[in-house]
Amino acid sequence: MSDLLLPLAIVVPILAATFPLLLGGRYDRIGWPIAAVTAVSLVGMAAWIARTVFVVGAPTEYGIVHELGGWQRPYGIELVADELSAALVVLVALVAAGTLVLSRVIGPRGNAFYSGYLLLTGGLMGISLTGDLFNLFVFLEIVGLTTYALVAADRSGASAYASIKYLLVGTVGASLYLIGVGYTFLATGSLNMIDLQSAIAAVGYGDPLIRAGYAFIVVGLSLKIAVFPLHVWQPDAYQRAPDAVTAFIAALVSTSAAYALLRITYTVFTVEFLAANGAITNAMLLAAGVSILVGSALAAMQSDLKRLFAYSSVAQFGMIVAAIALANETALLGGIVHLLGHGLLKFGLFLGVALLAYGYGARRVADLASLARRAPYLSGAVVVLGLALVGIPPSVGLLGKWYIALGAVEAAGAGDPAGLGIAAVMLVSTLFTLAYVARIVEQLYFAGADPGPGDAGSSTHAADVPTQPNASTQSDAPAQSDAPAQPNTSTQPDGGREGHGDVPTGAFVVLVVVTVTAVGLGFAGFAAYDLFEPFLGRMI
Amino acid sequence: MTDHLPIQLALDVLATRHAYAVFTALLCIGLYMMIANPHLVKKIIGLNLFQTAIFLFFIASAYVHGGSIPIVESGGAPEATLVSPLPQVIVLTAIVVGVSLTAVGLALCVRIYTEYGTLRTDALREAMAEEDDLPAAGADSQGGERA
Repeated sequence: MSDLLLPLAIVVPILAATFPLLLGGRYDRIGWPIAAVTAVSLVGMAAWIARTVFVVGAPTEYGIVHELGGWQRPYGIELVADELSAALVVLVALVAAGTLVLSRVIGPRGNAFYSGYLLLTGGLMGISLTGDLFNLFVFLEIVGLTTYALVAADRSGASAYASIKYLLVGTVGASLYLIGVGYTFLATGSLNMIDLQSAIAAVGYGDPLIRAGYAFIVVGLSLKIAVFPLHVWQPDAYQRAPDAVTAFIAALVSTSAAYALLRITYTVFTVEFLAANGAITNAMLLAAGVSILVGSALAAMQSDLKRLFAYSSVAQFGMIVAAIALANETALLGGIVHLLGHGLLKFGLFLGVALLAYGYGARRVADLASLARRAPYLSGAVVVLGLALVGIPPSVGLLGKWYIALGAVEAAGAGDPAGLGIAAVMLVSTLFTLAYVARIVEQLYFAGADPGPGDAGSSTHAADVPTQPNASTQSDAPAQSDAPAQPNTSTQPDGGREGHGDVPTGAFVVLVVVTVTAVGLGFAGFAAYDLFEPFLGRMI
Repeated sequence: MTDHLPIQLALDVLATRHAYAVFTALLCIGLYMMIANPHLVKKIIGLNLFQTAIFLFFIASAYVHGGSIPIVESGGAPEATLVSPLPQVIVLTAIVVGVSLTAVGLALCVRIYTEYGTLRTDALREAMAEEDDLPAAGADSQGGERA
């Protein structure tokens, strides 16, 4: 029974995507209700899949397996949900639902947007669940196409330019991936991930076609993940996209590409392939290390909030790619935890940034000056998420980075000097992250006219433990009372500083839930190990 | 004698594997066009060339001399050589994907042209740098216009 949920989780959103357009001629506002019903049902399906995989126990050794159309491996296309897929499916479903709460208030509106949104959700589900290399390409392109459309959803010229840049680079990435799949297919004659595992071993890990295939796949997916120096599309796309779209794609699109890389590396090519091809892993570690360093440094130099967190993603995904290439159990666990945790953190951060922009017109770091007094709880949530991104314990950010760094040191101990380099680079990157998060904290709490240190201090403490009903009402109240005085206190004649003066309650509750989850998961170190131990055991 | 060998090898490859040589050439031309040409529509043409190279690669690799389609009549014995239909199916799907990408890309081009009146990336970059000097960019400028 539960294996039928796998195709349903993909088909339901893709079919639902046609309704807003079909019914749009008759009903103007049909998009949101359709998307909401679909998102809620997806959360239910994801929860059931996760329950089956983690609690009940999956029916086969590979997890829940569904053969589409009843065609057996290796001829048919399979959908597979193991521990990693199930966790990603849950993340996709939850973030998709959270995005809807946000987009209802801040837009973009219109039935076409919700069609794109549902297609994107279906594509992300497909990437998480597919067990076939070419099927993965199709879902990558579904995700890509809808992302290009959504980035340009606010119909401005700047977002269209960012989107076409993304389209050109993203398509080259997917095409290179397709070449890699072609090479692998030529060498083995199979496209099924589980079947390829033994087929590649039979051909031999040193085979030039296999090596070239893997190299093409890594480069292609790196373009989609936005690893330095293939990241150029990403800051523009994140900055120019509508705020709700940024929160959605920053949390999930690169994450799903990184998941695909992890999945292909460990399920298809296996860890023995990495061990047999030191040159490939060294190149990946080098690119990842540079990505971590340059991404963090560029983030620290940005003044636009969305661009800042976009460059921060370049660094964080560098760490995940490093974890994949390090190929030991600790680093891989760290990579998985950071993959999921970073998705959650970036969703929260871009949600917070969207609310700051909506409520107070703050788009640059300088616009944040003493906003903490007008919006103490919103600022508090953004700061807590920022500190979680730095890796202050307890937080999910620390957990992922800790395991990756530990794995890097373990690799160094096992005689791989690159491991030490990754550990060092991660330390430097953490300092850079602290630098740009500290800048935001400083602006929020200490900058601007008439700084009252006691005042700022007390709101910090209050913001750390927000209670939901109070939080929304209290953050609204001072904001509205201060709003008329705002043009006088503003130090810059900045046209961007016009906001609605309050924060929508629903979206704020989502932000608080994300913040509490990000902190709460910091306590789940051993639970994470228990949860993914079967997966790690199969992979390494 | 020794310096003849590489040339002979190259000629051999060209004579027997010319499809792969064309594949590589098209791939590089397409990629170069996307990087070097400042015109957005020409970049999309380059992208199409790049994808066409990949279709060629799949079709060429699937060709088997003297092979027949893998349809076996019930009761009949299979032909000597059957060809795997998978690469052709992959190419069909990839063509569909390529067409939709081209459509989205051209739609974006139309919008960029109506907004800025040019499709050259250098001119676009200048236009956008000017726009960024204004107090607010992107979605904010629209809000400002309305207010």
